[in-house]
Amino acid sequence: MLRILHQIFRTGIVTEPLPPEVEKGVEVIGAKLEEAIMRRFRRSLTIRQVDAGSCNGCELEIHALNNPIYNCERFGIKFTASPRFADILLVTGPVSMNMEIALKRTYNATPSPKFVIAVGDCGCNGGIFGESYASLGGISKVIPVDIVIHGCPPPPTAILKGILKLME
Amino acid sequence: MSGLENVMVSLLKEDAKRDAGQYPLDVPLYHIPCERFVEAAKAMKNTGARLAAQWASDETLFRRGFGVFACYAKDSEYLIVKADLPENDPTFPSITKKFVPAYRFERQIKSLMGIEPTGHPDLRPWIKHEDWQKGVYPLRKSFDVKQPLKRIKGEYQFIKADGEGVYEIPVGPVHAGIIEPGHFRFQAVGEDIINLEEKLGYVHKGIEKRFETMSWMDGAKLAGRVSGDSTVAHSIAYCRAVEAISKTNPPERALWLRALMLERERIANHLGDLGAIANDAAFAFILYQFSRLKEHILRTNYKLFGHRFMMDKVIPGSVNVDLTSKGRDIILKELELFEKEFERLVIIYDENPSLEDRLRGTGILTSEKAKELCVVGFVARASGQNQDLRIQSPFPPYDRIIPKIRVLNSGDVHARAWVRIEEIRDSICIIREILNTLPDGNIVAGFNPPLPDRSGFAVVEGWRGETVYWVQSGPDSEINRCMVRDPSSVNWLALEEAIHGNIVPDFPLCNKSFNQSYSGNDL
Repeated sequence: MLRILHQIFRTGIVTEPLPPEVEKGVEVIGAKLEEAIMRRFRRSLTIRQVDAGSCNGCELEIHALNNPIYNCERFGIKFTASPRFADILLVTGPVSMNMEIALKRTYNATPSPKFVIAVGDCGCNGGIFGESYASLGGISKVIPVDIVIHGCPPPPTAILKGILKLME
Repeated sequence: MSGLENVMVSLLKEDAKRDAGQYPLDVPLYHIPCERFVEAAKAMKNTGARLAAQWASDETLFRRGFGVFACYAKDSEYLIVKADLPENDPTFPSITKKFVPAYRFERQIKSLMGIEPTGHPDLRPWIKHEDWQKGVYPLRKSFDVKQPLKRIKGEYQFIKADGEGVYEIPVGPVHAGIIEPGHFRFQAVGEDIINLEEKLGYVHKGIEKRFETMSWMDGAKLAGRVSGDSTVAHSIAYCRAVEAISKTNPPERALWLRALMLERERIANHLGDLGAIANDAAFAFILYQFSRLKEHILRTNYKLFGHRFMMDKVIPGSVNVDLTSKGRDIILKELELFEKEFERLVIIYDENPSLEDRLRGTGILTSEKAKELCVVGFVARASGQNQDLRIQSPFPPYDRIIPKIRVLNSGDVHARAWVRIEEIRDSICIIREILNTLPDGNIVAGFNPPLPDRSGFAVVEGWRGETVYWVQSGPDSEINRCMVRDPSSVNWLALEEAIHGNIVPDFPLCNKSFNQSYSGNDL
């Protein structure tokens, strides 16, 4: 126990001492984001992430949003297990033929008003996988998309920026 | 002649004909008669070899029907056998009864290439789902990629258990967390799991078919996106297979830099998984600490290589990013800090009794099972299998910088986690050694496309384990076939075995300790 407390003490709050270029990015986005979330979603924005066929690269970066350095929960952003609680669907793609139905069902299970963010180049337009018998292409081929975040994969700061863009 | 090759040739005599177009030369390919396919498998089984991969290729562009391949491995040897099949009504005898992993390989061959494994006990579609229109085989040359598929009515028949108090839990494809999609079907009594059946294929994007439309250079980008977390391992494996048939020798400095990236990928992924395992046992402290360390490593990757996961850095013939002496110092300094932090956390991890209580004895994969299922990578090493291709099939610099192999016998979640702690420690030493012995010189070798009708094979020990590529050039030197076998394609079956007798709430913990790739499996 003592070791744990020691380690916590030694580590401090790592959300602060970010490398300057990243810290700036996160903070600026964060402050605006918080304001927008407070205004529209009363301090809390709940996200359901759906992998509709990605290579897992985007998932790693979405995971990183939850690490103590980006710590997205401080802005009121929270990931949920159920689409019933979600305000936003954060979808990575391309949409595979085998995920099409599951993605539509998840969308239909999300209460309105709802927003869809397509994450990553593949989610935008199918990326390197293109359109084929197995890949239907970008998310917008299957459900309506409000905003796209480019990148392969987009870094965590870009994902936060994308969420902000949606709020404006 | 190597051991496996000897066995094969002395068994089949003049029926076994060595293929002259297969590279590298120490991985021989033998053509054998289709009717002796099972006999050959039996002989391989008796020598203690494992089945590394099984696949098919459409060779109608060469006017010679189809080929079905089985790749066997033992210690440092690999041997491929091929049965040549006629274009009309191709079938081959199933080897599932000899080698368990053939169970899914053969279903996949049937589903995507339309070649029937006769005598296979279970021919439900695999990867291809039951609602695809009948009679489409995407990997055949006659299949038009652009043609959209129609859906038909169809239902997958899961294995059922019945009796008093038996119930079923369907999970997925959309999971609770930020994870790739897949379906798990549990049969349970109370909290005890009687059976788990996986249904995968949800992220099938037609990757193998996609390769066939790409140039050899662009193929490396696609290989780097087969499984985003193993981008370095996959792109090295692809490049090595392509380099084998195009007679390309990357400069030493490029090889050292590839190994550097491979080890950094290993550390980053192991850190993420160790954190997630602890978090699934409600010890969130470790998750946050390890994910902090992981983030620093990814940032250094970005600073030095221009990409957090080092995607698209390995290309046929070379790497496209060099390391400056300043970059070298940055890594060394980072390692020093990292090692201190990591070791402090390992003590906390190791001394935590409630974590120990959850991890030890959970999700046991016995060494007998591990051998039977031909598992690879850290899963194999946690279940008593002495297997690490960096030692057994090394490419430079691993022939000079030799990793220490870590084998544990308990096969539980704890072992799968602890093997990775040891591997992180070892990777730190390897990276230091790589940087100390980094050769000078350029990093680019010219790349020429291969001659027609050549095939190349390569294996790389990625962080998940043995990653296998087999590429074949077509009549116009284009990509005729690119077979990808992610470690997950064999290890997924092991999860079904390891979960027997565990309770439902321990499933996430077991699953996390395997952390297999859905995308790498589904392709």
